[in-house]
Amino acid sequence: MSSRENILGRIREALQVKAPQPHLQAPLTPTNHPPQGKEWLPDGGESLTESLAILEGQLAKLKTVLVRVPNETLAVEAVKLLSQEKGWKQVAYQGHPLVTPIAQSLACQTWQADADFNKQKLEQCDVSLTSCETIVAQLGSILVSSQTSGGRALSVLPPAHVVIARTSQVVPDLADAIGQIKERYGQKLPSMLSFITGPSRTGDIERILVLGAHGPKELFLVLIDG
Amino acid sequence: MSDPKAIFLKDASVSTADGDQRAFIRKALGGYYVNRDLQKARFRSWEKARDAASMAKWSAVNDLGNQLEKFVGNFEKNGGVVHWAQDAAEAREIILKIAADAKAKAIIKSKCMTSEEIHLNDALAKAGYGVVESDLGEFIQQLRGEAPYHFVFPCMHVKREAISELFTKHLGTAPTNSPEELTMIARRHLRQLYVDADIGISGANFLVAETGQISITENEGNARLTTALPKIHIALAGIEKVVKNLDDLAILLPMLATAGAGQPMTCYNTLYSGPRQKGECDGPEQFHLVLLDNGRTRLLADPEQRDALHCIRCGACLNVCPIFKNIGGLAYGTTYQGPIGSVITPHLRGLKQWNHLSGASSLCGACTDACPVRIDLHHHLLHNRRNAVKTNPTLFDRVFHFGFNFVIQRPKLFAFGGKVFRTTLPLLKKLPLPYLSAWLKTRDLPTPPSQSFRAQWKDQNHE
Repeated sequence: MSSRENILGRIREALQVKAPQPHLQAPLTPTNHPPQGKEWLPDGGESLTESLAILEGQLAKLKTVLVRVPNETLAVEAVKLLSQEKGWKQVAYQGHPLVTPIAQSLACQTWQADADFNKQKLEQCDVSLTSCETIVAQLGSILVSSQTSGGRALSVLPPAHVVIARTSQVVPDLADAIGQIKERYGQKLPSMLSFITGPSRTGDIERILVLGAHGPKELFLVLIDG
Repeated sequence: MSDPKAIFLKDASVSTADGDQRAFIRKALGGYYVNRDLQKARFRSWEKARDAASMAKWSAVNDLGNQLEKFVGNFEKNGGVVHWAQDAAEAREIILKIAADAKAKAIIKSKCMTSEEIHLNDALAKAGYGVVESDLGEFIQQLRGEAPYHFVFPCMHVKREAISELFTKHLGTAPTNSPEELTMIARRHLRQLYVDADIGISGANFLVAETGQISITENEGNARLTTALPKIHIALAGIEKVVKNLDDLAILLPMLATAGAGQPMTCYNTLYSGPRQKGECDGPEQFHLVLLDNGRTRLLADPEQRDALHCIRCGACLNVCPIFKNIGGLAYGTTYQGPIGSVITPHLRGLKQWNHLSGASSLCGACTDACPVRIDLHHHLLHNRRNAVKTNPTLFDRVFHFGFNFVIQRPKLFAFGGKVFRTTLPLLKKLPLPYLSAWLKTRDLPTPPSQSFRAQWKDQNHE
């Protein structure tokens, strides 16, 4: 017998005796909107205005820098200013209608990383510019994917990451974001989907917070109205 | 001395006597309590969210066979390869074979407690591979040649001065007392290693049956890099990690972050559903998943303690445990420390040798209160104690229980025994009796009452 058959056989044998249900505080109420119990999680807001307010609070606590701009022209200006302030020289970006015009307007070396990917070259870059799938107000999380955010490494290898998005991409909570993914991709999921919640961090040395353990030390979210 | 209990007693008494180290651990956990409570307060009901989380795991674990098969079917459809391992040796062989077939040289690892469980690093190093841990805490522990102290905070017991010395010795860097600078030293050292590695090895926090995705939770970004840059990704996971639906993660991911580290959400929560797909610019060419049993089906076969398989390894039970805070993580001598480790290790490694951990508890129940998936931890410690006496009673157990049963069934003998005990109790204090004299070193013995309870009852009710 193969190991697979052995393990599955042992599982079926073990489960012949039923285990009691966990001791719940109250029985769960059935819901048409899975998952059960999501209404007990932190609030994500009832309207876009509420969600944006919650999002702003969460991003500030997580040390994600939020830049709100009314239109795309001002988004270009905002990233230009950032780039001058930070002294970025090598910029890797994702080819995307929101991102490409911004990247190409910068007065530094720019490279579309997802067109001819090279990990050595990406390692030398100061910053990456990408789009994202969805933003979760409840948690301050930004969802990127391997299909729509320039692959796997672009959003995590350079020491700074700038995400360009629209306010219409903000959803109240994690369950909404997951629902959207299922709707958008069905069975053909991107090979990687990552919820990014703040810049990379560690507390491994004496439980003291340090940003930029292995991923980006700085995370910026440029949020365009509309 | 190879008896785990004797080693435990020795190590625990040494670490408990180190007041400086205990104070250091308490201080390190201080920030955790504050942040955890702040995040819990954001939940509209933490208690009801715990209900939902425990039901999500309960329904998956109690349908484990079907859910695993569904998961594996979807995982394979997405282009991944699944390997089943009944025990640690088989899991090591599978991984060694993948590495040999790929003619790999350098391997980068992100944090994976299951790999500690199967002693993977030793096996890979012996076979000649360069293996580097990339999680900062694990990297430090690897340089120290020491097992993780805590399965979420691996080097929480190491002071910055010691880390600075360690880096100076192994990496040749200048001494520094700044946690930030120390973190940056590790960052710089590991960067090129990610780029050069042939294989990335990770763990998995959840296996999603509905979609065939694996979910990895981390703060540093090292798992993201480990699974992005090398051309082969191997994930290693216990079979109990399955959840039914992707929606379940909407509950479990925030709860894992809040219970485990006092965060709203861990920095990177990533779902992987296969190797690089058509139209994607990077990612591994091969994606392997090793599913490990290694004693988990034994625990599954015990319906009373099956809920211990619901564990999402957040570490909350360690952080609140008075025993953990006093003896420290290394004294346990197990892969999984703290209350959850004391509950499951006897199932994974044998009750006879590892039951002593179930005795190392004040049964205060802080662990059960802290558990986000409502595992009945402190009662399971009692269950282990009972099972150990049932299956493998010591001579003391047998004599004591025989004597107890004999006396308790004979009221007159019981009354006489009580009288003898009440009169001789002050004398016992002065005798050098084993256990008792140790107990009384730091405690006062109360004066016994002159009459038994039964006699007092009789008097007061004027019968």
